[in-house]
Amino acid sequence: MDIRDIRKVARLARLEMSEAELETMTRQLTSILNYVDQLQELDTSNVEPLAHPLPLQNVFRPDVPGESLSVEEALRNAPVRAGQFFAVPAVLDPADDLSH
Amino acid sequence: MNTPYQIIVGLEVHVQLMTKTKLFCSCKTVFGAPPNSQVCPICLGMPGVLPVMNEQAFQLGLRAALALNCQIANFTKWDRKNYYYPDLPKNYQISQYDLPFSYEGYLDIDTSSGSRRIGIIRAHLEEDAGKSMHDESGRGGDSKVDLNRTGTPLLEIVSKPDIRSAEDAETYLRELRLLLREIGVSDCEMQEGSLRCDANVNIHILYSSDNGEEIAATPLVEIKNLNSIGSVGRAIQYEAERQYEAFQKDPKNYRFGKLLKTTAGWNEARGMTQVQRHKEEAADYRYFPDPDLVPVVVTAEQIEEVKRSLGELPSQQRTRLQAAPFSLSAYDAQVLTGQGRKMVAYFEEVAKISDPKSACNWLTNEVFASLKERSEEIDQFPIRAPQLGELINEMKQLGIKREKARDVYQKMLAENVDAKTAIDQLGYKPFDDNLLLDLIRKAIEGNRKAVLDYKKGNEKALDRVFGTVMRETKGMGRPDRIKQLLLEEVAKIEA
Ligand SMILES: [Zn+2]
Repeated sequence: MDIRDIRKVARLARLEMSEAELETMTRQLTSILNYVDQLQELDTSNVEPLAHPLPLQNVFRPDVPGESLSVEEALRNAPVRAGQFFAVPAVLDPADDLSH
Repeated sequence: MNTPYQIIVGLEVHVQLMTKTKLFCSCKTVFGAPPNSQVCPICLGMPGVLPVMNEQAFQLGLRAALALNCQIANFTKWDRKNYYYPDLPKNYQISQYDLPFSYEGYLDIDTSSGSRRIGIIRAHLEEDAGKSMHDESGRGGDSKVDLNRTGTPLLEIVSKPDIRSAEDAETYLRELRLLLREIGVSDCEMQEGSLRCDANVNIHILYSSDNGEEIAATPLVEIKNLNSIGSVGRAIQYEAERQYEAFQKDPKNYRFGKLLKTTAGWNEARGMTQVQRHKEEAADYRYFPDPDLVPVVVTAEQIEEVKRSLGELPSQQRTRLQAAPFSLSAYDAQVLTGQGRKMVAYFEEVAKISDPKSACNWLTNEVFASLKERSEEIDQFPIRAPQLGELINEMKQLGIKREKARDVYQKMLAENVDAKTAIDQLGYKPFDDNLLLDLIRKAIEGNRKAVLDYKKGNEKALDRVFGTVMRETKGMGRPDRIKQLLLEEVAKIEA
C-alpha cells in the first residue's frame, strides 16, 4: 500500500483527505493488511469459504405490498426538493457517470 | 453479408420481474405512480434497515433461467456494487458478482439463414436504480430524482458475443421477449423500461498489411440507452460502420486490447452513437458480499418443480406446429407462435374443426387485423374458435368464395352471430344438389341449341350453359360440382 493506492480508494469513496490524513491512512491500512497477510498463512484448503457469518440461508419475504412513506415523509430529509422530486446538482461530466 | 468486416455483438438485457413489490422491501412497483410515492426507509437506503429478499422475485428469476437452459447454482449470494450517482441512494447497488444464481445457458433463434444458438453467459438478480431527469434548458439547473423505481427487481441476462448482425440482435430480443412473456416472468414493455438493452459491439476485419493478412478486432463499445428493438438494430449497424471507419484511419492503434471498452449513447433522433472519451482505467466497483442478505440454496427438487411448471416454450411450440397433424411451414409456425400461447391454442381448436392450413390463413389474413383494429386479445375476441372453424367448413361445403366468406366473417363479428345465421341472413343460400339440378335443367331448357351443338362435338358450346347456371347461383355454387352435374344431365339427353 502506498499513498497512491490510498488516494485512489479515497477518491472512489468520495472522501476528501489532507496530505497528513493520507499519510496516516497509508500507515494504518498497511498495518491492517499486514495483519490479514498473517491470517493468510493459515492452511484453509479444507475449509469451505464463508459467504455469511450467520448459519442462515433462504430467508425470504412474501410478495405482499405494505405501507410506503408518504411523499412528504420521503422528502423530509432532502436538502433541496423540486415539487415531489429530490433536487440534486446536475452531473457535470457524463463521462464520469459510473452508473451500471 | 457484403461488408468487409464481421459484426460481433453481445447483449446485456435487463428485464423487470412481474412482482407486486420490490426486491428487498414491500413497496409497490406500479408504473407511472406519482414521484417518490413508492419508497420506504429500506429502498431509500436509510441507516439501520434490513433488506429481505422477495421470494416471488427469486422464483421468477429461476423460471427465466431454466427457460434459458441455464445451469442453476446450488449456492448463490448477493454483493454490493459501489458507485455514486444521484439516483442510487445507498451508494451501492445490490447485485450478484462472482456467484450468480444461474449461468451457461442458451437461446435458439430463427434467423433468415436458419436456426442459431446464442449462448447465455449468466442471468442474475439485482435491484434497479431510481430515475433522474436532467435540466434540458442547458443552463445546468438541478436534476430531479424520483426513487420509485429504486429497488425494483431486475433480471440481468448477459449473452455471449454470439450475435453476428443487427438483424440477429433484433431477432434475439424478440425471441427473449416472447419467451419471458409466455412464462409470466416480465411484461417486457420497453416504453415502460421493463426491458432495457445494452449492446457490446465490435467488428473483426480481414486486414492486409506488410506483415500479411490478419483478422483485426476493434475495441469494444457498449451502447446504452436503447429503448426499442428497432433502435438496437440501427445502433449496432451504425456503430459497426463507425468502427470500420475509425479502424481505417488508425489501423495500428484502433485495436481491441489497445484501448479500454468505452460507452456510447444512442441518439435516436440523429440516428447515431455518441462515443464517450476513452478512459485510462476500468471502472472499479469494489464489489463485496452484502452482509445484510443471507445466501440462497436451491435444491434439485425445486429445479424440477419449476421446470415442470414452465409449459411449452416458444421454440418447442414452433417445432410441434411444423410436425403432423398441423404440418405448418416454418414461417407460419413462427408467425403463430409469435402471437403467444393463447393464439396457438385458438389456432389448434380451429384447425381441429376445419384444417390447419385454412385455420392459419384465416388467422393471419383476417383475425390478426381484426384484433389490432379492435385492440383486443384473442381471448376477448367475439368469434370463438368453434365458430371460425364452422365458417371455414361451411365455406368449403357451400363453395362460398373468399370475398363472400369475408362478408360472412364481418357479419359474424359485427352482430355476434354464428356462421350459419350470418350466411342465411346474407341470403347466401346453400346450393345443394337438388337446387343445382333445378337450375341446370332450366338452363338446358333455355339453351337447347347450345346443348345440341355440344352434342355434335363443339365442346365450347357448353360453357354458355355453365355460365348461365353460375350466374343463377350468384357465385355461391361450387363450380366443380356444377360442371359435374351439368355433364351428367347433358349425357342423359338424346343427340
Ligand atoms: Zn421500499
